[in-house]
Amino acid sequence: MSSVPMEQMTLQQRPEYVREQVTEQDFGVVEQPLTLAERLYGNALLRKLLILVALAGIWQAYAMFLNNPLVLPTFTATLQTFIERMASGDLVARSLTSLEVLLKGYALGLGCAFVFTIVAMSTRIGNDLLETLTAMLNPLPAIALLPLALVWLGLGEPSIIFVLVHAVMWPIALNTHSGFQSVSPTMRMVGRNYGLSGLGYVVKILVPAAFPSILSGLKVGWAFAWRTLIAAELVFGTTSGSGGLGWYIYENKNLLDIPAVFAGLFTVIIIGLLVESLIFRTLEQRTIRKWGMHS
Amino acid sequence: MSAQPLLSVHGVTLQYKTKDHLVTATYRVSFDVLASDRFVLLGPSGCGKSTLLKAVGGYITPVEGELRLKGQKITRPGPDRVMVFQEFDQLLPWKTVKQNVMFALESSGRKRGKDAEDHAMAYIEKVHLTRFADSFPHMLSGGMKQRVAIARGMAMEPDILLMDEPFAALDALTRRKMQDELLQLWGDTRFTVLFVTHSIPEAVRIGNRILLLSPHPGQVKAELNSDGSDPVDAASGQRLSDRIHRMLFSGQGVEEEVPHV
Repeated sequence: MSSVPMEQMTLQQRPEYVREQVTEQDFGVVEQPLTLAERLYGNALLRKLLILVALAGIWQAYAMFLNNPLVLPTFTATLQTFIERMASGDLVARSLTSLEVLLKGYALGLGCAFVFTIVAMSTRIGNDLLETLTAMLNPLPAIALLPLALVWLGLGEPSIIFVLVHAVMWPIALNTHSGFQSVSPTMRMVGRNYGLSGLGYVVKILVPAAFPSILSGLKVGWAFAWRTLIAAELVFGTTSGSGGLGWYIYENKNLLDIPAVFAGLFTVIIIGLLVESLIFRTLEQRTIRKWGMHS
Repeated sequence: MSAQPLLSVHGVTLQYKTKDHLVTATYRVSFDVLASDRFVLLGPSGCGKSTLLKAVGGYITPVEGELRLKGQKITRPGPDRVMVFQEFDQLLPWKTVKQNVMFALESSGRKRGKDAEDHAMAYIEKVHLTRFADSFPHMLSGGMKQRVAIARGMAMEPDILLMDEPFAALDALTRRKMQDELLQLWGDTRFTVLFVTHSIPEAVRIGNRILLLSPHPGQVKAELNSDGSDPVDAASGQRLSDRIHRMLFSGQGVEEEVPHV
């Protein structure tokens, strides 16, 4: 600015003006619907579906080229086995067995995490305890505890549930705790201003305010639990008679029924996807998206 | 004048700790707020005015002196003193406008159910947000959010409304409009309000009584009357706002700011 010579700095006098605004009819495009192709391409689900179709195509082509169903059955053969086994009720029963154990472990882990976090919030030493324990145990793969659990609790469902609780509890506790800690001071003051304290304060202010991180804790916990369960069943499957999906995969590998192995894997993936997209996504839509709290 | 002030602040010294300092925010501040006062705490950054307001709110205990509301010593936060903050996140994002106001009424046990709803709607109407009663806070503009916060505070019908720079985060036009609306609301119900600001024009417009605080630590410098019109003082020949400006910034070089915690 200082480089402008002094003579040029005298301001030029210009006339003022006021203009009439153009009316709505005079605009060209104010709002115009997108074309069908644009809208279809804008749909994330459709794009992902396209990718899945492409992957299935590649699988089918490669398997046909390999022509060895013992190593890699074709996509269509897998699909056929999957449909047959589903129809016969075999896969459905196995899935239900797995899901039942999973839900027990998940619910128990969730409860433990919640109680633990509240204890951690109310005392300083509890806080340190939670931080130390999560730092120690969160990186430890839950499946690594299975041998110990078998020694302590014996061969059976309790061992698997023990491992699941371990898989679920730490990530949820960690996320809930950090969510609680990041609730803004203003919101805390608002809660206290209206006379809330104790459990009422936690339930009415802290939990909803921390819900974005609680939800991500729930998701991570679910993913950990699902993986741990399948792994545990693979290592030692037949907990109570029938056995779950992991055991199903293991059994069929021993029978060299590879399409059935793939069908089992398929089921694991589908259940994972369904829970993610139906349950968690709906939960997310109904809560943090509706509240404008997603980042 | 009535015998007993509504709020009496007597010789209050406030301190707070930052990570590595003990900061004295105010030093022996005294003032009285009478019923229906629009009492403004005015001062530059670092004069402890927000801290003082939080002490009235019951969030901070003074190290010296005492605060009394209707003769009762203030010891903890309570619904008889409702805070309106500057930050937009004072509204609970998981509740609609109506639910936010009802939440305040119900949590504090003032009103329940249908009664709370009617009461909430009456105050939402007062701030002209009836159309948005079922909207969530993230759909509202900054000015609308502050209106909801004010409606929520007024619906509680507290003894005193504590406002901590409620319009500071708004743009100048909205701010001006909100000041007018606040004065209109006051004209309706004559509530008592303790208003913190660092803007001299805002203090002059809003307040009928202005307490000037000097910084580091905050001490009372003067207490002035205002009728909102920024009159010229007969003795000094200056406008009220100029007088305030001179009092606050006389003999001061470069301003030193203390970061807020």
